[in-house]
Amino acid sequence: MNTRGKTFKYYDNVDTDVIIPARYLNTPDAKELALHCMEDIDTEFVKNVKSGDVMVAGWNFGCGSSREHAPLVIKTCGVGCVIAKSFARIFYRNAINIGLPILECEAAADEIAANDEVEVDFDTGIITDITTGKSYRAQPFPSFIQNIIKSGGLLKSLKEGEANG
Amino acid sequence: MGMTMTQKILAAHAGLDKVEAGQLISAKLDIVLGNDITTPVAVNEFKKIGFEKIFDKDRVAIVLDHFVPNKDIKAAEQSKTCREFACAHCVSHFYDVGKMGIEHALLPEQGVVTAGDCIIGADSHTCTYGALGAFSTGVGSTDMAAGMATGTAWFKVPSAIKFNLTGKLPCNCSGKDVILTIIGIIGVDGALYKSMEFVGDGVKNLSMDDRLCICNMAIEAGAKNGIFPVDDITIKYLEGRSEREPVIFAADDDAEYEKTIDVDLAKIVPTVACPHLPENTRPASELHHVKIDQVVIGSCTNGRMEDMEAAYNILKDKKVVDGIRVIIIPGTMQILRECVERGWYTAFIDAGAVVSTPTCGPCLGGYMGILAEGEKCVATTNRNFVGRMGHVKSEVYLASPHTAAASALTGYITEYKEV
Repeated sequence: MNTRGKTFKYYDNVDTDVIIPARYLNTPDAKELALHCMEDIDTEFVKNVKSGDVMVAGWNFGCGSSREHAPLVIKTCGVGCVIAKSFARIFYRNAINIGLPILECEAAADEIAANDEVEVDFDTGIITDITTGKSYRAQPFPSFIQNIIKSGGLLKSLKEGEANG
Repeated sequence: MGMTMTQKILAAHAGLDKVEAGQLISAKLDIVLGNDITTPVAVNEFKKIGFEKIFDKDRVAIVLDHFVPNKDIKAAEQSKTCREFACAHCVSHFYDVGKMGIEHALLPEQGVVTAGDCIIGADSHTCTYGALGAFSTGVGSTDMAAGMATGTAWFKVPSAIKFNLTGKLPCNCSGKDVILTIIGIIGVDGALYKSMEFVGDGVKNLSMDDRLCICNMAIEAGAKNGIFPVDDITIKYLEGRSEREPVIFAADDDAEYEKTIDVDLAKIVPTVACPHLPENTRPASELHHVKIDQVVIGSCTNGRMEDMEAAYNILKDKKVVDGIRVIIIPGTMQILRECVERGWYTAFIDAGAVVSTPTCGPCLGGYMGILAEGEKCVATTNRNFVGRMGHVKSEVYLASPHTAAASALTGYITEYKEV
């Protein structure tokens, strides 16, 4: 499994209020919400993002509210992976639960520039900046979490567990 | 090596004698909580995956609080989804308009959560209940759906930072000033993935409302949970309230902490978090030049009785300065009723404030006090991110009820000084 696309670069402490402002949370509809993804800090994001693109950010990505709408809108916009130095814990959990690939890698987050072409291999955790030719290795997920991702999210893995007795 | 208080609660709920930091466990849940924004997403997931029953009708709490009374048609649809789900599954702790309150003010007040519990809530401020000596943490809607179906959740056992509290707060400070000061020291990710365990001689000098406020904002330091030991104040608070028997856990003497931070409560000063992060703290006394347009006193952080009392003591027989809108939001119907009975509601109106029924409303920029471009608000809420309360060029300054009320009388950020 991998993703390849252009990068959008953000700073430290990107919070869930800027990922999807609460004023739009009167609907659970991901497609409708995705039209407003990042708009308070980057009005161009929704216009320019393409399927497979990669978000790159600093420390504590996704801090703030527990709204699962945040990883959901990023995924719905087509983003194939978020690379950050660290993730806020509820965002981390939510991203895994809904199947948005995320990777922690400090060097990649520092060095990859906006608009670089990047390829991410989720099986190996290798991030390749095709524009610069540099490669990075992200922290692999614990196997427990890899199993949730392989099943296609938490609920599907629970259902599989039920079926297996 | 012994266990922290959080680790002991998690071990007990996982059926294990011992757990250690970093270990992945499956724990039994005492309460699974959701609100009118997060529950609809959980309900969709619950149905989509084909779950038919919730694990226990008495262990699921659904509170409509963010956008109610419904702010618009879409919000009304979300409330309806919650209502229908609660009705179909006979959810005993379903709180609709008239019964509802802001979830984290309501559940402790109603005794739905208690000491020793293991709680998840699809709301980041679920960490509030650590004040009662419970393990309580925020999750997303999918975790809520899974929790409702199975009564369990997976956790990575957290390590902990110990906050050793000593002394007694000055009379113009409250729990809000303590937690803002701490976030100012350790930063918005200073406790990322960790527990914040508050201990020490100073704990006995903090009221339950102070403790609830402090644990409420543990998430603003990135923490998994905040927790206080159970003492006489906790026991007194829980008496006649808890619907289940409280269970008292205490950290082992040889529990391992990543670090210890000493906090002398006597040295706390009225503190304000400036835009656009809760860690941008400054003493209120250095911000007298900041001219404000609005004051909000309420939220899951500061909508409790002592917060209303602080506002009352400062605003009674005074007038809000011209040009300032003051919005006071008691956290629950019981608190609202108490404000009415004590004559505080009238005092607020006479001072020139408006009083709302309980709602999260303005805290998250939902409704009931949205800011225009360039406007500044002193709020007792918990986040001051870009666009949090309205326009992306508006600003939120987080403060205690004392500071917020004192600022309402001057039009500038002002700390309360007893006269």
